[in-house]
Amino acid sequence: MAAAGGSRLGALMYSQKELTSKKRDEFEDILEERRQSSDLRYAMKCYSPVIYKGLSACKPSAIKYSVLQSEQVQYVIKQLSKEMGESTDIIQEEAIEILDEMGHNLHIGAIRFFAFSLSKIFKRLFQRVCVNEEGIQKLQQAIQEHPVVLLPSHRSYIDFLMLSYLLYTYDLALPVIAAGIDFLGMKIVGELLRRSGAFFMRRTFSGNRLYWAVFAEYVKTMLRNGYAPIEFFLEGTRSRTAKTLTPKFGLLSIVMEPFFKREVFDTYLVPISISYERILEESLYAYELLGVPKPKESTSGLLKARKILSDNFGSIHVYFGQPVSLRTLASGRIDRCPYRLVPRHLPQRLSEDIQEFVTDVAYKMELLQVENMVLSPWVLIASVLLQNLPAIDFELLVEKTLWLKGLTQAFGGFLEWPDNLCANKAVTSSLALHSNIVSLVNGQVVLNNVRMENGATEELVFKQALSILMCGAYRNQLLNVFVRPSLVAVALQMTQSFRKEEIYSCFIFLRDILSDEFIFFPGIALKDFEEGCFLLTKCDVIQVTPQEILVTERGNSVAVFLAALFRPFMKGYQIISRYLSKETKEAFTEKQFILGIRNFAFQLLQTGSTQCYEVLSSDLQKNALAAFVRLDVVKKMKTTNGFTYTVNKEALNKTAEMFDFRIPIKKLVTARL
Amino acid sequence: MAAAAEAAAGGSPGSQLAAQRRLRILSGHLQRSPASRAPEPERLLSPSQCGAGGAAERPVASAIPKKRQEILKWNGWGYNDSKFIFNKKGQAEFTGKRYRLSGMVLPVLKEWMEKTLGASLEHKITSRAFLNTSDVPPSIVNEEFLQDLRATKISYSQEAEDRVFRAHGHCLHEIFVLREGMFKRIPDIVVWPGCHDDVVKIVELACKHNLCIIPFGGGTSVSSALECPADERRTIVSLDTSQMLGESGYCTGHEPDSMEFSSLGGWVATRASGMKKNIYGNIEDLVVHIKMVTPRGVIEKSCQVPRMSTGPDIHHFIMGSEGTLGVITEVTIKIRPIPEYKKYGSVVFPNFERGVACLREIAKQRCAPASVRLVDNAQFQFGHALKPQVASIFTSFLDGLKKFYITKFKGFDPNELCVATLLFEGDREKVLQHEKQVYDIAAKFGGLAAGEDNGQRGYMLTFVIAYLRDLGLDYYVIGESFETSVPWDRVIDLCRNVKERIVRECKEKGVQFAPLSTCRVTQTYDAGACVYFYFAFNYRGISDPVHVYEQIERAAREEILANGGSLSHHHGVGKLRKQWMKESISDVGLGMLKSVKEYVDPNNIFGNRNLL
Repeated sequence: MAAAGGSRLGALMYSQKELTSKKRDEFEDILEERRQSSDLRYAMKCYSPVIYKGLSACKPSAIKYSVLQSEQVQYVIKQLSKEMGESTDIIQEEAIEILDEMGHNLHIGAIRFFAFSLSKIFKRLFQRVCVNEEGIQKLQQAIQEHPVVLLPSHRSYIDFLMLSYLLYTYDLALPVIAAGIDFLGMKIVGELLRRSGAFFMRRTFSGNRLYWAVFAEYVKTMLRNGYAPIEFFLEGTRSRTAKTLTPKFGLLSIVMEPFFKREVFDTYLVPISISYERILEESLYAYELLGVPKPKESTSGLLKARKILSDNFGSIHVYFGQPVSLRTLASGRIDRCPYRLVPRHLPQRLSEDIQEFVTDVAYKMELLQVENMVLSPWVLIASVLLQNLPAIDFELLVEKTLWLKGLTQAFGGFLEWPDNLCANKAVTSSLALHSNIVSLVNGQVVLNNVRMENGATEELVFKQALSILMCGAYRNQLLNVFVRPSLVAVALQMTQSFRKEEIYSCFIFLRDILSDEFIFFPGIALKDFEEGCFLLTKCDVIQVTPQEILVTERGNSVAVFLAALFRPFMKGYQIISRYLSKETKEAFTEKQFILGIRNFAFQLLQTGSTQCYEVLSSDLQKNALAAFVRLDVVKKMKTTNGFTYTVNKEALNKTAEMFDFRIPIKKLVTARL
Repeated sequence: MAAAAEAAAGGSPGSQLAAQRRLRILSGHLQRSPASRAPEPERLLSPSQCGAGGAAERPVASAIPKKRQEILKWNGWGYNDSKFIFNKKGQAEFTGKRYRLSGMVLPVLKEWMEKTLGASLEHKITSRAFLNTSDVPPSIVNEEFLQDLRATKISYSQEAEDRVFRAHGHCLHEIFVLREGMFKRIPDIVVWPGCHDDVVKIVELACKHNLCIIPFGGGTSVSSALECPADERRTIVSLDTSQMLGESGYCTGHEPDSMEFSSLGGWVATRASGMKKNIYGNIEDLVVHIKMVTPRGVIEKSCQVPRMSTGPDIHHFIMGSEGTLGVITEVTIKIRPIPEYKKYGSVVFPNFERGVACLREIAKQRCAPASVRLVDNAQFQFGHALKPQVASIFTSFLDGLKKFYITKFKGFDPNELCVATLLFEGDREKVLQHEKQVYDIAAKFGGLAAGEDNGQRGYMLTFVIAYLRDLGLDYYVIGESFETSVPWDRVIDLCRNVKERIVRECKEKGVQFAPLSTCRVTQTYDAGACVYFYFAFNYRGISDPVHVYEQIERAAREEILANGGSLSHHHGVGKLRKQWMKESISDVGLGMLKSVKEYVDPNNIFGNRNLL
C-alpha cells in the first residue's frame, strides 16, 4: 500500500523535514501606512501593475467576443442545435446571455472606489492586516512569467475583497474572481464587484452543457491571454467551521487544461492562506451550523451589518505561498498530453490519470494553505478552554496555553505569538477581543452561556451549543495541524495496545472515516501515520520500536490532550451511528437525516446523557453521512427527486464497534522503562 | 510528365552514356507529351547551371572526390576555402569565392554575437589543426576479405583520414569530438563502388565474411546515423556511394539545405525534404523507381509508372530505412523544366501569430510559392546580422527610412515583428500573378511587403548557418538545429513552448548566458507545417558542454512531442532519436519494421543500428 502510494505521488509529497524546519517569511502590516497617509490619495495613486509578458492587451468585450467565436463554444452550439433541432442563432443568443451574466468588467473607477472605501472599512474593523512581502515579490515575478491562479483559503466574504485590495496596494494586477452567482442579487454591490473584476458562476450547472462550455472557455481565454490572475476558492464555499474543506475539482481542472493542452507553457498556482484572529461571520456561521438558515445576500443586509463596524476584529494575516509551477508538478506524471490525437477544441472527458492528478494537486494546494495558515494565541486558548468547561482558572489557562504553544510549534504550526507581551497580557488581550464568547469572572475564564448543567431547556442547549460551536471554530484551526499526531494518539487510546500493526489499522480507520473532516493527501495513510509518529516521538510522547509503540511516562498527558482534541468528532460520529442504528427504519433523505439527528441530539443533551454539543453541527452531520456512505454503512441511491439513503445495519454495527471505546478513557498504557 | 535521371550511372563510360541517352529520350517524350504544359521548350541544364540558376548564392557543385578532405573540412562544415573569420579589423568576413556572401565583410555580425550570445573575441578556443593519426583506432580487416575485395578491383582505403571522415555526420557532439577528441569506433575500411554491380559484390562479400556495412552518402546527417556502434566486433565497411554519381545531375527541384554535399541515395534513405517542395514535392513525391541491394538480394519494382496499386508501396520500406536494409544503387526521379523566372520576396508581420495565420491561409488556398518561410523575431534579427557592408550612404538611408516606416508609421514593435521570406518560380507572368495573390492574402493579416533583399538574405542564412556554427565553436558557442512537423492549430503553442523550454532548461543546467532559441515555420502543408529550430548557447563556465547540450536538446524534443509535434519531419531518426520511436509509431508499427529488417537482413550486415 505504501509503495503504491509512493509511486503515485512523486513530487507531490510533503516531507517531514519541510514541515518542521521550514522558515517562513516576515509579515508587514499594511494598515500602518494607511493610518498615516491620505486614503483618497492612495485610491487615486498611479496604478500600473506588472503584466504577463505574453499578454495581448484587450478589452473585456473583446474577450467575450473571442469566447463566443472560439471553436470550443461554437462546437457545442452546433452540437446542441443538432440535438435539439433549434437554430444556432437562438443558442448563440443564449450563450451571449450567459456571457453577459457571467462576465467581469474590470474598471479602474470601481477599483479606486473600492480602494478608498475598503481602506476606511478595514481600518475600523481590523487592528492590523499583515502580509508577507516576500510572497508578494514572488507573486510579482510569477505574474510576469506565466499565467497565475490564486488559490486563497475561504473563511469570510472579506477574503476576496481583501485580496484585491492587497494586490492593488502592491501594484499588482487585480485578479478576476470566480464568485458564486448569489452575489448578483446584491444590486449595486454586485455590479461594483463585477467592475472590480469578479465574474460569476452558477452554483450548479453540471447538466447545462452550454453553460459549462461558455464558462470554461471564458476562464481559459482569460488564462491563456494572461489577462489577469484568476482567483477562486478550492474549498468552493466559506468554511463555516474554520477547518479546511475538501477541495472541489471543477474549476481547478478548467484552469489546468490550457497547460494539459500546452496552450500555455506553464501555469503558476499560488496557495494563499488568509487567517482571521476573529472571523467577521463567526456567529452567523454558528447559527447556520445549528440549522438557522443563512440570510440571502442582499445590499440592505450588508448595510445592516454596518453595526459590526464598531466592533474590533483583531488582525488578519495573509500569507502568499510560493508559486507552484504546474509544469513541475506534472513532470514525470503527465508528460504526454492526451490531446495529441484529438482536435483540442473538442470537449473531452478527462482521463483517469489526469483526474487523479487534478485531485492530487488540489489536495497539495490545500495542504500548503493549511501549512501557512497563521494561528493566533486565541486558537490555543480556545482549544484549552473547550477541554475545561465550564470554567478554568486564569493562571492555569495561561500556563496550559503556554504549554500548548510549545507543542504547536513542535508540530510545525505557524504561530504568531506577540513576543513583546508577557503571556498574561497576551492571553488577556485575546480574551478581550473575543469577549462575545468568553468572559473573565473572578479570576475564572468562562465560556458565555455555558453552564454544563443537566436538564436544561431547549433554548439553553441552543445557546450553549452556539457558544461552543463558535469557540470550536477557533479550536478547529489547530486541528488542521494536529490531525496526524492526534489520530495516532486516538488510535493508541482506542486500541489500548502496544502493537504497531493494530494501532496502524485503527489509524487507517480513523483517517478514512474523518477524511471529509480533515485534509489528507489521498492514498498515503502510511506516510501520514509515520508523520504522526515522528512528531510524537520528537516531542517525547511515544517511543517507536519496529513492532511496538509505547507511550512515555511524560508523554501521557500530551497524548490524552491530543485525543481529547478530537473527542467531539469521535463522540459525534458515535452518536450519529447510534442514531442510525436505532432511529432509522426506511430510506431517508439528507434533510430528514439532519432533522432527525438534530432532534435526537437535542434530547440527549437536554437529559445530560452527552456533553457533545458539536454533534449539533450540520457540518459534522453531513460529513458523517458522507463517511458512512464511503464505508458502505449507508447506501446512497438516486431517485427522481434527489438522493435517498438506507442503512446497512450489519455494517453499521461493525463500525459502531470500532467506535466503542469508553469515555472518559482508561489510563493509557505507559512504557515500562 | 516525368523524366528520369539516373543517380547511379555507374563508373564505366558505357553505362553512363546509356543513361544520358535514356534521359534524352525521356526528355524528348516530355516535350511531346500533351501533359507537359511548359510554355518554354524543355531545358536540361548541367548541375553547374542548375546551381547558378537555383539559388544565386549556391556554389558550383562539383563532383566530390574520394578523398573528401581534399576539398572539404575534416573538422567542420563544407568547403575548406569557405569559412567565417574575424579579420584584422575585428570584423566578420566570409572567405572563399563560392557563395554570394564570399569575400564580403559583415560589420554587424560581431556585435550580434556579443549581444545575443555573450560571445567575445577575447575568449577563443580553437580546434586542433590536424588529425592525429596515432589516436585513430586501428583498422582491423580480415586478410581473406581483403583478398576477395582486391579481386573485384573496387577501390578501397584503410587510411586513417578516410576512415575518420566517414565515422560521423554533423551532430554537435560529432564535430566536438573531431575538434578535441577521438571516436571510440570508426570504420575499418572504406570502399568506393562505381556501379550497381560493385555494390552487389560488396554486399555478397560482406555476407560471406560476416562484416558490417554502413552506407555513406554525403555525410551530412544530423541524427548520429553514421556513428559506428561502439560494441560492433565485426569489421565495419564504410560503403561510400559518392563515386556512383556521375555527371548526371539535373534539376530535380529538390533542394535540401545540405544539397551541395548530400547525395540522392541519402535523400531517399532518410525521407528527405527540400526547400521547394511546394512545387516539386518531397522525396517520396519525386521518386519513380528505386533499386536497392540487400543481403537478401536486389529489390525493385518491375516498371516505372506514376502510381500502382500492388499492396503497400515497397518504396516506403526503403525511403527512411536509414541504411539498415541495404544500399540504394539506382533512383529514378522526376525532373522539371528549369523555371524561367524566379523572384524573392518578403513580408513583415506585426507578430508571429499573425504570420502563422497568414501561412495557414496560404496553405488553405493552396497557393504557396515555391518556398515560404516565416522566421520569428530572433531569427529576423539574426538575418540582419548577416547584412554585408552597405555600399552607399543612400542605401543605408533607405534602410533607415524603411525601418522608420514599419516601426513608427505602422506601429510594429521591432522586438515582436517577424518576416516571411518568399521564393516564386515559374514563368514570368505567372510568378507576378502569383506574387500578387500571396501579397493580397498577407495584407489581410497585417503583412507589409518588405522587399526582395530581405527574402534573399533569409534563404542565404540556411546555407551559411552550418559555416556559422564552426565560427561559434571557436568562441565557446555551441548550437544545432532540429525540426518537427505539427498540425496548424498547434504551431504557435509548440513554437512558444519549445523555445521557452530551451531557455528554462539552459537556466536550470547552469548555462551562464541567455541562449539563442529561435524558430521558423519552414514548410506548409494542407494539414500542418514543418517547424525548424535553431538553438545555441555560450558554454563558458560549463565543464561538460556537450552533455549539457544533449540534455537540453532531449528536453526540447520531449516538449515537441508533448505539444503534438512529430519526432522528425525530415532529419530522420538515426540513433539520436531512437528512444522515442516506439511511442511515435506504436508497438505494432515498430514490430512491423523489425520483421522487415529480420527478413531482409537477418544477420544484421547493415548494422548501423539506426531507427529500430
